[in-house]
Amino acid sequence: MSPRDLRGATAIVGVAESDLGEVGPDRYAIELAAQAAGAALAEAGLTTRDVDGLFCAIAGRGMAPLDVAEYLGIRPRYTDGTMVGGSSFVSHLHHAALAITSGACDVALIVYGSTARSDSGRGRLATGPPELPSYEAAYRPRMPITGYALAAARHMHQFGTTRTQLAEVAVAARRWARLNPKAFARDPLTVEDVLAARMVSSPLTSLDCCLVTDGGGAVVVTSAARAADLPRPPVYLLGAGEAHWHRAISQMPDLTVTAATESSARAYAMAGVGPEDVDMVQLYDAFTINTILFLEDLGFCAKGEGGDFVSGGRIAPGGDLPVNTNGGGLSYCHPGMYGIFPLIEATRQIRGEAGMRQQPGVTIAVAHGNGGQLSSQVTAVLGGRDSL
Amino acid sequence: MTGPAPHREYTDRVAAGTVPCQTCDGCLSAVFPPRVICPSCGGADLRWSESAGLGTVYSASVLSPRDADPYSVVLVDLDERFRMMSTVVDIPARDVRIGMRVRARVERDGPSGPRIVFTAEEGEGRHEPA
Ligand SMILES: [Zn+2]
Repeated sequence: MSPRDLRGATAIVGVAESDLGEVGPDRYAIELAAQAAGAALAEAGLTTRDVDGLFCAIAGRGMAPLDVAEYLGIRPRYTDGTMVGGSSFVSHLHHAALAITSGACDVALIVYGSTARSDSGRGRLATGPPELPSYEAAYRPRMPITGYALAAARHMHQFGTTRTQLAEVAVAARRWARLNPKAFARDPLTVEDVLAARMVSSPLTSLDCCLVTDGGGAVVVTSAARAADLPRPPVYLLGAGEAHWHRAISQMPDLTVTAATESSARAYAMAGVGPEDVDMVQLYDAFTINTILFLEDLGFCAKGEGGDFVSGGRIAPGGDLPVNTNGGGLSYCHPGMYGIFPLIEATRQIRGEAGMRQQPGVTIAVAHGNGGQLSSQVTAVLGGRDSL
Repeated sequence: MTGPAPHREYTDRVAAGTVPCQTCDGCLSAVFPPRVICPSCGGADLRWSESAGLGTVYSASVLSPRDADPYSVVLVDLDERFRMMSTVVDIPARDVRIGMRVRARVERDGPSGPRIVFTAEEGEGRHEPA
């Protein structure tokens, strides 16, 4: 089997979020994961009885697939607990497609939950021994923010990117969020607001940083053949690619070039499309610099031109390239590992179910996940029936 | 495994006042953080060596805690061709610049024991008094 054989072989047939925002101290991550799983399966016309492939990652749970399978009463014949931070779920989608096409499973459930917001202040955060000695901790970086701040500072130094251009990203995300009733932050936001916000780790202010919310999500995947018999329009996986080059920010070879250059090249090659064919982008915007770096590395503009590219509302509602139409991690929701939400939003946009923020004629969308400190990069190209 | 445990050897050498790294006998790469295998060539013959402690700031961020003085977090490219996170001391954090030449020294009373910090080289980043 060659990578091209994966093109259009599998499809997303159900997506759902759990309750988002702040669910309160009596709720647990696994409950949000289960709530999302139930809703995504219901949308797909399936039940937990149909699931024979389980793909999940939950921060702080080293054996998340075992927890989730027990909780849902699933006995999977294929399990994947790949944990590459926020990109895990896009990676799971790739792995699910490989598993389904090789016959290892028929119905894959990708699922995530987190109570990151409600955890703060109730001492529920898991702590354990460090996996390796840290060669960064002695300098008191505020992680993950400082890692992204160092990338932003380098991008500004090398390419003349400005704080105003970073702020444009936050403003565009907020303008999308104002069209999404599920978004956490919906108040009007200006570039001036972002620039005047408290500086957390220069050059990033608090408004250059993602939200901290609770939330879960689920995605159901099956073969294209089976998808044809299910209630919702299938959203096909056309291409997927993965890459990672480092874990710690101090080991990232060039802070202005991410492994998304490779992950996207692999995804485009499998899909047989290029950025010029893409109608919209859902990417992991943990910080404003992410959007600029990923638009460059996914090929929507040249390296160093991301700041110009996002200016003047080009990625906001009404702009040339819709980016993060749900409001993104900056304004919609960010429970710590956001990567499942780009898949959910891309699916809804391709189906034409995105309400006030629906874009016309979405045939091909890119969903891109980021994990660690600009470390793991996973790109998926999704398409509707017309893309096959 | 034989030979010194990498992290223990590293902390002992920092405590002794040096800027340690490893050098691969196979491909001559500088290796940091310490390891038991070379990430460039896969070779297992890593020799401990010592950086001269001179480098260039590759990137920098300033953190301003509510209850303490602002401080810098920097990535420094050492002249021996390895990169480390650190901080530049002895000048105001806001005066730290990318491209600035810096020199290492060991701070004995770091927050979690001895640590390597950097100072700006002569003529770098010291603003004239107004
Ligand atoms: Zn080597």
